[in-house]
Amino acid sequence: MRRLALFLGLLLWPAVALAAFDAETLPDPRQEEMARAIMTEVRCLVCQGESIAESNADYAADLRRLVRERVAAGDSPENVKAYLVSRYGDWVLLKPPVKPETYVLWAAPALFLGLGLLLVWRIFRRRSPKEGA
Amino acid sequence: MSLGRKLLVGLPVLVLLALVAVSFVYLGRGGSSVAPSALIGQSAPQFDLAGYDAEHPGLSDVDLRQGSVTLVNVFGSWCVPCIAELPQLRALAEEHGVTIHAIAWKDKPEKMAQVFAEHGNPFRRIGMDNDGRAAIAWGISGVPETFVVAGDGTVLYRHLGDIRPEHIPVLLSVIAEAQKQ
Repeated sequence: MRRLALFLGLLLWPAVALAAFDAETLPDPRQEEMARAIMTEVRCLVCQGESIAESNADYAADLRRLVRERVAAGDSPENVKAYLVSRYGDWVLLKPPVKPETYVLWAAPALFLGLGLLLVWRIFRRRSPKEGA
Repeated sequence: MSLGRKLLVGLPVLVLLALVAVSFVYLGRGGSSVAPSALIGQSAPQFDLAGYDAEHPGLSDVDLRQGSVTLVNVFGSWCVPCIAELPQLRALAEEHGVTIHAIAWKDKPEKMAQVFAEHGNPFRRIGMDNDGRAAIAWGISGVPETFVVAGDGTVLYRHLGDIRPEHIPVLLSVIAEAQKQ
């Protein structure tokens, strides 16, 4: 039981840490929600594997402040992201945009899954008659 | 096992080996995890920063459009590689006559003064980026970063990380190329 509690506690830890980051949030809860949604899509450039919503690096805090300011000023999420892309390139978005340079990237999971399925299908098709005999 | 079957079984291994080979080559290049600056070929972003002291007044994008090539170095006195590259920056300024401006990222003047007293100050202008907003406008992902800016304010080149002696020839050739334009 105690182990379970510890396990759940550890699972929830990131959420607790996340909530603790910013003292200043936007007064309008709808705008704050919009700003937070944008933050989860923007890469923290000094930590690279994290979004700015997850990082407590100084730099991520600066970017969060910028996102909140822009949202408060009435920018749409697309505008905010477009501004960041104009500064940092597509790389700043955790989810790479679909465009000719990234077709291979986006197609790769389906491609590999297809290859795997083909392999499995061929192996099983050969085995099953033997088992029946 | 038939030949087709052998090939089929061997395929994942071959794919894996190919992936390993590709990773090996690309990882060996170094710095490939960082995308090239989105600013290259564009004009320097709008910014306007207060100065460090009377001899090193503030920096704005207007200062980068004065007709001569400039270097913009993003600096932090708390950043060890920034201090390590100061001798190279001084060589560029003193021996090659390059104008170097600094953006001091979230820095304290008293800390900067200590560093400059010990290692020298190669900068013409120093803009104090206290809220980190200019760094975002320049798309900085860490300090130090150095930009070569043409006389009309166009960003031509970015150097990530500290400038070591072996980087000087590349920078000089970029600068020379920029001066021809």
